[in-house]
Amino acid sequence: MKKVLQVNDLHVSFRTYGGEVKAVRGVTFDLNKGETLAIVGESGCGKSVTSQSIMRLIPNPPGRIVSGSILFKDKDLTKVSEPEMRKIRGADISMIFQDPMTALNPTITVGEQIIEGIRQHKKVTAAEAKNAAVDMLDLVGIPSPEARLKQYPHQFSGGMRQRIVIAMALVCQPEVLIADEPTTALDVTIQAQILELFRDIQEKTGVSIILITHDLGVVAQVADRIAVMYAGKIVETGSRREIFYNPQHPYTRGLLRSVPRLDIEGADLVPIGGSPPDLFSPPAGCPFAARCEYAMDVCDRVYPSETRLSSNHQVDCWLQDERAKKLMAAMN
Amino acid sequence: MNSYFVKRLISMLITLWLIITLTFFLMHAIPGSPFTSDKNTNEAVQNNLKSFYHLDEPLYVQYGAYLKSLLTLDLGPSIKQSSFTVNDLIGRGIPVSFELGFWTLLVAVVSGILLGVAAALRHNGIIDYLAMTFAVLGISVPSFVMATLLIQQFAVNWPILPVATWASPKHMILPILALATGPMAIIARLTRSSMIEVLAQDYIRTARAKGLSPVKIVFKHALRNALMPVVTLLGALAASILTGTFVIEKIFAIPGMGKYFVESINQRDYPVIMGTTVFYSVVLIIMLYLVDLAYGIIDPRIKLGKKEG
Repeated sequence: MKKVLQVNDLHVSFRTYGGEVKAVRGVTFDLNKGETLAIVGESGCGKSVTSQSIMRLIPNPPGRIVSGSILFKDKDLTKVSEPEMRKIRGADISMIFQDPMTALNPTITVGEQIIEGIRQHKKVTAAEAKNAAVDMLDLVGIPSPEARLKQYPHQFSGGMRQRIVIAMALVCQPEVLIADEPTTALDVTIQAQILELFRDIQEKTGVSIILITHDLGVVAQVADRIAVMYAGKIVETGSRREIFYNPQHPYTRGLLRSVPRLDIEGADLVPIGGSPPDLFSPPAGCPFAARCEYAMDVCDRVYPSETRLSSNHQVDCWLQDERAKKLMAAMN
Repeated sequence: MNSYFVKRLISMLITLWLIITLTFFLMHAIPGSPFTSDKNTNEAVQNNLKSFYHLDEPLYVQYGAYLKSLLTLDLGPSIKQSSFTVNDLIGRGIPVSFELGFWTLLVAVVSGILLGVAAALRHNGIIDYLAMTFAVLGISVPSFVMATLLIQQFAVNWPILPVATWASPKHMILPILALATGPMAIIARLTRSSMIEVLAQDYIRTARAKGLSPVKIVFKHALRNALMPVVTLLGALAASILTGTFVIEKIFAIPGMGKYFVESINQRDYPVIMGTTVFYSVVLIIMLYLVDLAYGIIDPRIKLGKKEG
């Protein structure tokens, strides 16, 4: 499968008065053409920082990409100039943000907000741009798009606004769409509609999607592959099936157990005890060790290397390490 | 919109009437009369003068007569400059004051906004600190001190500009600068703080994510949203600057409205006090109305006189 985006050992830090927050600490993943990759994790695990780093939208200062590379179309996005990056933003890689109520400029018509994106990247006439905007609004399911173009964001409901944000992001036919918690601010019925829209659009345009979320329900509906992030690292990656039915990292298991279930009678909600480590001084070993029921001495001291369980299922956990298996065998 | 305008017009007229009434009775409550300083006239002459200007009639009769003449837009005669009517005085002073005020406003608004934007973009940077130091100075140094400094520097030490009078564009530079510094500083500070707030908004991030250039982001997406507080301030500021400024007009010997304002009160020149007050109020009320109209243009969420459905 063709890889459209490769993130290698990405480190991102923020300088604060309290010291340097190491928000992303060596994230590596690939995005294949036409797939949806979900990055899941709790608040503060670095998933949004990772996605904003790809777009180079990290406010700098205080944030900066410390090391690593982001390869897109033979270019390292961590190294390209700002004007070059502007040509990529919105045209090749676009982004959808969490809150549609604040993501649109209240004083500019939605039409103009969509059209300015087109005209920024493509040499088209005003009429062509307008037609493209109408087509796009139609594609994202906004009725009577022609008339709606002239309206302002406050004249739309939350779900409608998110559709406009999506239209805005897709209007230049980007190869990669990063959706940062796109449904979090919406109520559940609208959420389902928006997820349906994502699937529909991916089918029609073949766009690759990175979906950032903490909602495993959303992930289960749309993701092809899942990357689980914890304390600035990706701890487990696998296909949707592998992650949901064969989770190997104790954190992934913890996450799945803490999702409310309606299908199992009397199933208890099991929270993960403790809290994530302080990213001012992240632990040398596995960051989850302090909350892990299986933690061993080694977990506190050395971060586990990646263990490949199948062609696309990888986990960073000592329990899965080849040496652990040998040790177990020896002990038995 | 039309019914809004009618309602608004009525409330503007009521406001104006209240101002006229209050000023009229307060003015007559000040001890003394226009003729108190004329020590050489005897009582009979004074009484003749009073009856000539109807000042011997009961106050409510004078008040009624004044309102009646106002309806015909006649502001009455000046008592102290007896060869002029108040309409003449305003007609002579206002074009000059408006000209000075207009350029002052233009300079203050344009440079204030640019300075504020620059400071906001370099928030906590060297430009920010320089701009804000400049702004604090601009606010704290009174215009007459600024005027004196400017004259000393650009007309005496380095004589490239005329000291005073109102003759050519060259003559306007110093008074405009002296008058514009304060408002510019206030506008710069306001623009800066609201710009910093706007630049942190989500829709600015959206605009960046679209690949827009910084110039487009600042001037198309941010500035419009940041201008609200500045526009609010502008109404009252414009009215006070346009109708003349006593001190600056005095220092630069500019034949504007400002001097009538102040002198008329000292001389108890009742019709001039009333006339200048009425005129200033009308300008202020119109400016405030324009500000409200501007709100609706800047922010489409504000629809004048319409309830949002």
